[in-house]
Parts: sequence; structure tokens; C-alpha cells
Amino acid sequence: MFEEDQPRPLLEVRGLTKGFAGVQALKGVDLQVLPGEVHCVMGQNGAGKSTLIKTLSGVHQPDSGEIRWEGKPITLPRPTAALDLGIATMYQELDVVDGLSVAENIFLGHERATGGVLHVKKANAIARTLLKRLGHGGLSPSTEVGTLSAANKQIVSMARALSRDTRLIIMDEPSAILDSGEVSNLFRVVRELTAQGIAVVYISHRLEEIRQIGDRISVIKDGRSTANGLNVTDTPKSELIRLMTGRDVENVFPERKPVPVDAPVVLEVDNLELFGHFDKVSFTVRAGEILGFAGLVGSKRSEILETIYGARKASSGKVSVQGKVLRPGSVTSAVNAGIGLSPEERKSQGLILDEPIFKNVTLSTFERFARGGYLNESAERGAAREQITALELRPADPDRPARTLSGGNQQKILLARWLVHGTPVLLLDEPTRGVDVGARAEIYALIRKLAAAGTAIIVVSSEIEEVLGLADNVLVIDDGKVLTQTKASDIDEHGVLDLVMKGSAA
Amino acid sequence: MSEQNTKVAEPVIEAPAGHTTSKANPLQNLLKGPAGRSLGLVIALALLFVVGAVTSGDRFLNFENMLTIFRYASIIGVISIGVTFVITAGGIDLSVGSVLGLTTVIASLTSVQMAATQSSWILMVLVALAVGVVAGLINGVVIAYGNVVAFIATLAMLVGARGLAELISGRSTQIVTNRDFLRVMRAEVLGVPLLIWIFVIVAIAGWFLLNRTTFGRRTIAIGGNLEAARLAGIKVKRHLVYLYVLAGLAAGIAGVMMLGRTTAGTSTHGLLYELDAIAAVVVGGTLLIGGRGTIMGTVLGVLIFSTLTNVFTQNNLDTSVQALAKGLIIVVAVLLQQRFAARGPRKREKPGLRKAA
Ligand SMILES: Nc1ncnc2c1ncn2[C@@H]1O[C@H](COP(=O)(O)OP(=O)(O)OP(=O)(O)O)[C@@H](O)[C@H]1O
Ligand SMILES: [Mg+2]
Repeated sequence: MFEEDQPRPLLEVRGLTKGFAGVQALKGVDLQVLPGEVHCVMGQNGAGKSTLIKTLSGVHQPDSGEIRWEGKPITLPRPTAALDLGIATMYQELDVVDGLSVAENIFLGHERATGGVLHVKKANAIARTLLKRLGHGGLSPSTEVGTLSAANKQIVSMARALSRDTRLIIMDEPSAILDSGEVSNLFRVVRELTAQGIAVVYISHRLEEIRQIGDRISVIKDGRSTANGLNVTDTPKSELIRLMTGRDVENVFPERKPVPVDAPVVLEVDNLELFGHFDKVSFTVRAGEILGFAGLVGSKRSEILETIYGARKASSGKVSVQGKVLRPGSVTSAVNAGIGLSPEERKSQGLILDEPIFKNVTLSTFERFARGGYLNESAERGAAREQITALELRPADPDRPARTLSGGNQQKILLARWLVHGTPVLLLDEPTRGVDVGARAEIYALIRKLAAAGTAIIVVSSEIEEVLGLADNVLVIDDGKVLTQTKASDIDEHGVLDLVMKGSAA
Repeated sequence: MSEQNTKVAEPVIEAPAGHTTSKANPLQNLLKGPAGRSLGLVIALALLFVVGAVTSGDRFLNFENMLTIFRYASIIGVISIGVTFVITAGGIDLSVGSVLGLTTVIASLTSVQMAATQSSWILMVLVALAVGVVAGLINGVVIAYGNVVAFIATLAMLVGARGLAELISGRSTQIVTNRDFLRVMRAEVLGVPLLIWIFVIVAIAGWFLLNRTTFGRRTIAIGGNLEAARLAGIKVKRHLVYLYVLAGLAAGIAGVMMLGRTTAGTSTHGLLYELDAIAAVVVGGTLLIGGRGTIMGTVLGVLIFSTLTNVFTQNNLDTSVQALAKGLIIVVAVLLQQRFAARGPRKREKPGLRKAA
């Protein structure tokens, strides 16, 4: 749509390179962002997308290459330099301060103040307007951010970006933690912004989203640009996948084989209840069955998983594994009975960031690699390496600290941990959050394979399509209530959404 | 298609926002707020008063004795307020006690006192403050720009400043002879000694700085999430330097007060004050890992300890028993705080971490 008159690009990047100790993250990236467009940046996990945007927001310094802003060459030695130009960034890892309020977070670093003295009321008022504009007028500016859900923290992050005189907003996988309703709200906001001439750089692994919101696409593969400014409308999905991965990926979801009728029940959840979170929930999962929880973010699916796992203490009801009743509120009891949980928030809940990949992978199984207390690290590395290959983890080096991995690859470490563990019951909370298309297909295949080997699996995902494609049976959950239990093949995405809408209307 | 989606989404969007208001009962909410945390301390302080009144009667419950408690609290109180800022930002300052000692020694040097006699007593005050600021500046620069862990950097300052004070004073006690200085420091306003007024003013200023200014806001942000603070454009390193300078300045003010109270400067002034200060700050409810700080809590923490000392002294109890009681109070206070923090929806369980344990 911009081709005819070719407006001057707002931001232009040429031949950008950036190396970290041992990794060349960017090897030559070009990018041209026009005013008022949504420019999607795509690439596999570890391709260098986050590194690129961090050089554009003044967090990292490029080794070579050129950045131009409205035609003028610029350098961005620190975050404020980018912010002052009007480049605001929503980072992949939520960058809010839990101990501060919503309004305090929004104005962090550019507080409303005279001579250093804060205007609390004024800041709250402006924050309220911003939140309303974002479709979240219900969020109080004085709420402590630590009490908010991940999705709401993201709204705070976006309000912060808008609180400045912003001309370019960079969003690094904003939709990864949002459900479909939240995503359409995000898109509404994005359209509003672009209508005002603000440019948006949008990163996501969900191809359908790119199609809905994007104007043009640039693709990075292994730190190098493989495509620049393609028009979304005339670039087929298959072409994009080829540009990103260098190969064709078909049939994302593996074939579903029926669960044998005589398969024993492994996990039985009986009238489980957690006051203030969810009402009586009952279901069973048989060996080799994948049960999916479909619902929106905030529907308390994660809470149900955490209660089964004993990380939260059930108010009533019981959980049993292979006939053995678990002690409520005891993780040890759950783990000993053979339950594994891959949690939703990788950074805060799952990873020891400064430890190498292999130690993170064997965190719940390292006793197996010990003889009389002495740890056999090379055996640990071997086990980790197997998973690294299976999950296409990059870089494929078991000794690299988890912190230096890209977001999607961190997610894979968590998954690998439970794959090594080989528990009879596996609870997977958002197993593909932030994972690229290629690796997604691999992860689905792996989950299927585990099920085929007799594991009872529960999958929670905000992508309804993923739940329906992967699971044998589905629970549709809304606000802590089970609305329906059905075969995955008997319901489609619209069916789920209809149920949820009706459920919350009632 | 977008319009349709947006309409469908509307009711859903409000839902998660609604969830954020906690459903705990009002009392619990109150207790979790800053007022509630202070309330617990007020109750503790009241209990101590009851004990004091019961065991010592009028000897405890009179205006003079109240002034004694506050006078006792004032010097450590000023130091604690400086330390509150550092701890709120996720740092630590072990050097405040020995920096206090150093400021008293330098401000009471014969040469300084002579110069003060020729000009004004204010000179002694300025020298003490300057010494505190310089010590804090060194701490801050070493920590922020030298990337030395705060614990180590200020531990070095603790040892170094004490050593320097001993060298300069030759381990002797330097009497303050400047009459003007002593007269001012002994002054009373509205029947209340100046030392107490200084404490009150520093506390109010500290409260304002932490809660009502960009400086305070940024301090909390750095302690709560250093990376987020950096990404928001806060100049984290520079801010850290300011914080340690502030702690040094507080030590300097405390040094002046010490000179006034004891009429002498010596290298042993302020011994172990850093530990008393940290104890008061933590008991007050400031998180040792940073991200949350309360000046009110610190003031109450200091008062609790000074009242405790007073009650024990009135009853002629051994100082060892007193130390034991102090230790107990610290542990109990922190345990209680953790219970309040763990309850309710604000802290989510961390299954991954619990698993690892
Ligand atoms: N601080 C760092 N130190 C060392 N290596 C790093 C660092 N940050 C990123 N890398 C490496 O740079 C490469 C690119 O990472 P980046 O985070 O940019 O990927 P990404 O495209 O954002 O991936 P994802 O889709 O998973 O978020 C990866 O190989 C990663 O391990
Ligand atoms: Mg990334």
C-alpha cells in the first residue's frame, strides 16, 4: 500500500551485526520501517529478533552497521536515547516492577513531577486515560503490579510505551501470553496507533496473526536478513516458513491414534476445589491420553494444574495417581507419585538462569546421574544433548548458561526437563509459548510420542487451535468452572469460544 | 473481521482486570498494606510500653524517660533512615557505623576546632557531613562503576574507615571545646532536645524523599527489578552512587549528633551501629532483597529497640539478656512479615522453585 508514493522510511537499518561471547547473533540485518505501518519481523527461535530490537532500543550496541532515523544516521548508546527519539519497546520478558503500582510503572523513568516532587493524582489520571484507550479502563492505576496477571502486566507495559511521545513501538512477542480475546484487543490498539501514523514493529511466531495485523514482513534466519519488506497479502504462508527455516513444514499436528479402550486410568481428579479460584473439578486421564484444557487466559486453568501438582493446597477434593491418593498441598507427594509440571512462567518459575542448559534439563532428575552423591556430569550432558537434538534447541551447546538463550529456546529447556524425567503424568502449561513454527511441530510430535508410550498428559494452551489439534479429549474451562468435557474431534474453535462467551454471560 | 472480534472480546477483556482486586477480607487487606505492616509494629511497641509501665511504673512512664528513649533512638535512627534507602534499592551498607566514627574524629581535630572557633561552629558540622559524603561517594563509585558487590565494598569501608579514624586520632579521645557548637547541640526547642528534632526532621525528609519524589520512586524500582529500571531509562549506576552518598550523609549527620551528645570525637564511636541499623530497617518491614521500603517502619523499628533497651536498663537486667531479646525480636518480626506476605493472592506459588528444594 505504500509502494506508490514511497514515503521516507522512519527507521532504516543496514548491515547490522552484533556478537556475544561465542555467538554471532546478528550477521547482517536490514530493516526499513515506514510511518504508520505494522512491520512484522519473523524468524525461528534464536534467529536474532530480540537482539535486533535491543540494538534499536539502546540496550545493546551493534558491532557494525548503520541505523537511520528519518534519514539521519544515529547511535543509541543507552535506552533513554531511543526513548527520547520516540522509540518505545515492549520487551519479550515482562519488564515491570512488581512492587510499584500500575501508574508508577507506566511513568517509570519519566515520572510526572516538578523539581523531583511527584504528582501522584495527575499521574493516576493520565494513566487511567491511557488504560481506557487500551480497552482496560477497569484496571486501577493504583493497583500493585505484582498482583496482576501476565496479560495485564503486558497492558501496563504497553501503556508505558504510549505514555511517551512515541513514533515507533516495538513489540517483542506481545501475543505469546495473550488469549484470542486479548489478542484482538491488542490488534484494535495497534490499528488505532497506526491510524495516527505511529509505526509498529511486531514480532510473533503465530503466522495467522501476522496475516491479520501485518502490512509488511521482514525475515531473519540465523542472524541474517532473508527477506525485506514483503507484502503480507502476496506472501503465502509456505513461502514464509521456507524463508524462516529453509525447509518445508507441513502437517503441524501429528496424527491422533485412538486411546486403547482398556488403557488404565492413571490420573484421577475428584471434586478438586480451591476457594476463590475454581469450583469442583472432576476428570480422569488414562495412560496414553492427552487431555486439553481450553479457555481464556485467567480462566484458572494454570491454577488447576498447580493444585494437582500440590503447589497450591486444595480446599477440598482429591487427586490420585495410579490409585494412590496424594497429600494435598504437597509437591513432594505429587512428584513421588510421578507427576511432572512444566510451568507457564519460565523465568520466574522454572529456570536457574545462570546455570548451564544441561543442569537445568536435569534439575529434577540429577539424582539419577549420581553414584554415592557424586554427580556424573558427562552423563547429565549426554542426556541433555539428546533432548537438545530432539527439540532443535539452539545453540546446541549443553554448557551455555540458560540466560543467554533466546526466549523460545528457554521454553524448550523446561520441556526437556520433563522429557528426561519420563513421569507417568505430565502437566504442560503453555508448552509452545514463544516457540517457532518448525520447533512447534517437533514439540507436538514429541508430546504425541510420549502419549503413545503410555504417559498421561494434560496440556493447557491459550491457543485453542493447539489444544484441539493435540488433545484427545478437551475440558472447556471458564472462570474456574468446567463448562464441557468432550472429544477434541467433536468441537471446533468457534464451539469453544461460543461456550466461553455464554459461560461468562451467565 | 477485526470489528467482529473486538465486539466479541469486550466482556472478556474486563474479566482479567476484575480478577485483580483481591477477595481477602478487609482486615487482611489492611494488614497487608503499608498501614497494616506498621500497625503490627505499633502493637509491638505498645506491648513494650505496657511491660515497661508494669515493671517500672512511674520511673518508666514519665516525660523525662520518654525523652531518654527518643534521645537514645535519635542517632541510630538517622543512620537507619539512610540505610533504608540503600536496602530498598537492593543494596547494603555495612560501613555507616565506622564512617560515623571517622566523621566525629575528623570534625573534632584540633585544627578543625580552631578554625571553627575563628569562623563559626557550623564549620565542624560541614566537615562532618563532607567526610560522610566522601565516604559514601567512594562506596557508591566502587559498587556502581567498579562492579564490586555492595556487601564487600562496604565491608572494606567498614574496616578502612575505622582504621583511618584510629590513625588520625592516635586512638585518643578528642574533646570538643567549641562552646558554640556544644551550646547549639544541647539546645532544647519546646522542651525537646535538638537531637530528637534532628531525628524527626530527617525522618520526615526521608519519608518525603522515598514516597513523594522521583528519586524515591526510582530507588524502589531499582530494588524491585533492576533490569526493568534500566530499560525504562533510569541511570542506574548514577542512582546507586547517590544512594550510598545519602547513606554517608546520614552517617555524617549522626556523627554531628554524636559529637554533641558525648562532647568528644573518637574512633570507637558508632561501633556495630551498622548491625543495629540493618536490624531496625528489616524489622520495620523494608525488604532486604529490595523493592519495598518504609521509613515509618524503620522509625518504629528503631523505637522498639531503644524502648527495649530502656525497659531492660530500668529493670537492671543484664545486657546479654537484652541482646538475646533483640535477636528474638528480629526473627519473630521477619517471620510474621513473611506470613503476611505469603497470604492472599499477591504472592503466587512457584512450583518450579519448590520442586527444586
Ligand atoms: N546476552 C547474550 N549473551 C550471549 N548470547 C546471547 C545473548 N542474547 C542473545 N544471545 C544469543 O543470540 C542469538 C539470538 O537470540 P535472540 O534472543 O535475538 O533470538 P530471537 O530471534 O529473539 O528468538 P526467540 O524467538 O526464541 O525469542 C541466540 O543464539 C542467543 O542464544
Ligand atoms: Mg526473542
